[in-house]
Amino acid sequence: MSLEFSAQAQQKIAALCGRYPTKKPVVLAALHLAQKEHGHLSDDALRLVARTLDLPYAHVYGVATFYTMFRREPGGAQTIRMCTNISCMLRGGYEVLAAFEQRLGLKKGESNAKFTLVEEECIAACDKAPCALVGTKYVYDITPAQVGDIVAELERDPHPEGEVV
Amino acid sequence: MPASVGSHLVTQRFGDEKARTLAGYEATGGYSVLRKALSMRPEDITNEVKASNLRGRGGAGFATGVKWGFVPKDAKEVHLVCNADESEPGTCKDRLLIWWDPHLLIEGMIIAAHALKAKHNYIYIRGEMMREYQVLDAAVKEAYARGYLGDNVLGTGIAVHLTVHRGAGAYICGEETALLNSLEGLRGQPRLKPPFPAVKGLFGNPTIVNNVETLMNVPFIVDKGGAWFNELGMGRSGGTRIVCVSGHVNKPGVFELPMGITFTQIINDICGGVWKGRKAKAVIPGGVSMPPLDASELDVPCEFDALQTDERIKPVMVRPGQQFDLGGGRALRTMAGSGGIVVMDDQTDIPRALWRILKFFAHESCGQCTPCREGTGWLEKVARRVGHGEGKEGDIDLMASIAHGIAGNTICALGDAAAWPTLGFLTKFREDFEAAIKRRAA
Ligand SMILES: Cc1cc2nc3c(=O)[nH]c(=O)nc-3n(C[C@H](O)[C@H](O)[C@H](O)COP(=O)(O)O)c2cc1C
Ligand code: SF4
Ligand code: FES
Repeated sequence: MSLEFSAQAQQKIAALCGRYPTKKPVVLAALHLAQKEHGHLSDDALRLVARTLDLPYAHVYGVATFYTMFRREPGGAQTIRMCTNISCMLRGGYEVLAAFEQRLGLKKGESNAKFTLVEEECIAACDKAPCALVGTKYVYDITPAQVGDIVAELERDPHPEGEVV
Repeated sequence: MPASVGSHLVTQRFGDEKARTLAGYEATGGYSVLRKALSMRPEDITNEVKASNLRGRGGAGFATGVKWGFVPKDAKEVHLVCNADESEPGTCKDRLLIWWDPHLLIEGMIIAAHALKAKHNYIYIRGEMMREYQVLDAAVKEAYARGYLGDNVLGTGIAVHLTVHRGAGAYICGEETALLNSLEGLRGQPRLKPPFPAVKGLFGNPTIVNNVETLMNVPFIVDKGGAWFNELGMGRSGGTRIVCVSGHVNKPGVFELPMGITFTQIINDICGGVWKGRKAKAVIPGGVSMPPLDASELDVPCEFDALQTDERIKPVMVRPGQQFDLGGGRALRTMAGSGGIVVMDDQTDIPRALWRILKFFAHESCGQCTPCREGTGWLEKVARRVGHGEGKEGDIDLMASIAHGIAGNTICALGDAAAWPTLGFLTKFREDFEAAIKRRAA
């Protein structure tokens, strides 16, 4: 199935193309937009980006598979990125990750319709460890007991990553 | 005069919600230095930065003015790229700097771009920093609207453009040549050096890559002079230093401090001591890429040269009796790195901590060079079993020899970043690893 970008996304891409000498540097932005509009980067979504920027499909494929924020398979509407790197681990990051797994009924790396749970590397909030990026928002100094409220809040007031793209 | 605790340059607007807007920034003196800078000759700005002894805050501590001086004089097109990819574990300052004071970064970049005669400039911001990206992008738009950016900055005829470029998740894109490849729309894999970016960088043009904190210091240097800035610091390191303290202290946080402050002072006076009344066992001084300090080495200042040369810090060993050679017989002690200080108390499971660090590097290796791709994965595997009570006789020597095989044999410094802390932890906490392995035997 041939996919398209919305008019708004096309405008954004056109504006960005004016900021660089060629269209190639716009590939990350276009992939972010494609993921926002089509949920994940299927082969068709990669073809859409390739066609839009006059790039070979293989190039776009290579780029899309290099970066961890892009996903080739469908995922949850919101992503929870729980850091377990050193500063977070030292203050209970793994225990908080386990609490997320239990509350969501997901193992790290898994998704349901609402959520994708990711074990994340350092997210640059180490002084407020353990911390997570939930949707587009940072949550700090998390205890396992707070995990239920954090998830409930996301269900009530969602902030999918696509809102900043 | 050296800075004292409480003197703030780049963090002075922290906590001021209004400073994030152009109006709020201008109300606190923002963009006034830019006018002065635009009236100066580019080479005079570079000379002030040289005199300031400002050193890069991204990790390597390279002298900023000297780096700027590497751009060929006859270059047709030059770029300035701000490295806002912050992802070195333990480091959490650039994200806050952008969040609280985006216009200070923009002002610093316009001044630096004028000094470098760079017209098309970019901020590469880490993909996961979503709200920070919005803040920065909004600030750039404001700066364009007010004429601070554009083809004719404040009517001077000088053109400075700035584009915020989002990454998409990859630690390696913080390495400057990987960052440039990523910016060009490629996979974020490091380039062979030389040529260095200052000679051949973005789109094949001379390019200066500087860290967020580095560029935010530039307006203060132009305002008060390089000599003034240099005197705030210590030795050959001008200015203040932002440290990010995390781990087992009572009050973790991000603090702008004098260069000469010691780790003992940071832990006790600034961070309220080690938590739960315990003692520090290991302290990572500048992000997980750096060898750790042990409890006897904490009276050293967090300044760049001190951490490399102070003889109170033991040299890193390959094995007992064999010092690691940094090249030409130089000892590796540690480095100031990114300012990410991670404190571990005396009950920390050190083998498990090293395993977590190595798991990170194995995950982030871009896979281009065999020693790094294979070596980081192998290191993680051995460290995992040692850290999980399943270590085997000989694993310590095995880890050391893998690390030694990686160090110095790769395209970029990620290989060293995995090898150095491995050798550092094994040097200083060997008994912990031995005990972990014995536990299994028992
Ligand atoms: C693996 C690796 C990751 C790096 N990550 C960052 C980073 O996230 N931010 C940064 O400013 N510098 C990072 N650096 C250092 C950059 O390559 C570069 O030295 C720095 O951005 C130069 O700016 P400065 O001179 O202002 O420090 C990294 C280096 C390596 C080897
Ligand atoms: S050292 Fe590692 S990260 Fe760096 S270029 Fe080689 S494989 Fe890639
Ligand atoms: S280690 Fe978790 S945010 Fe840095």
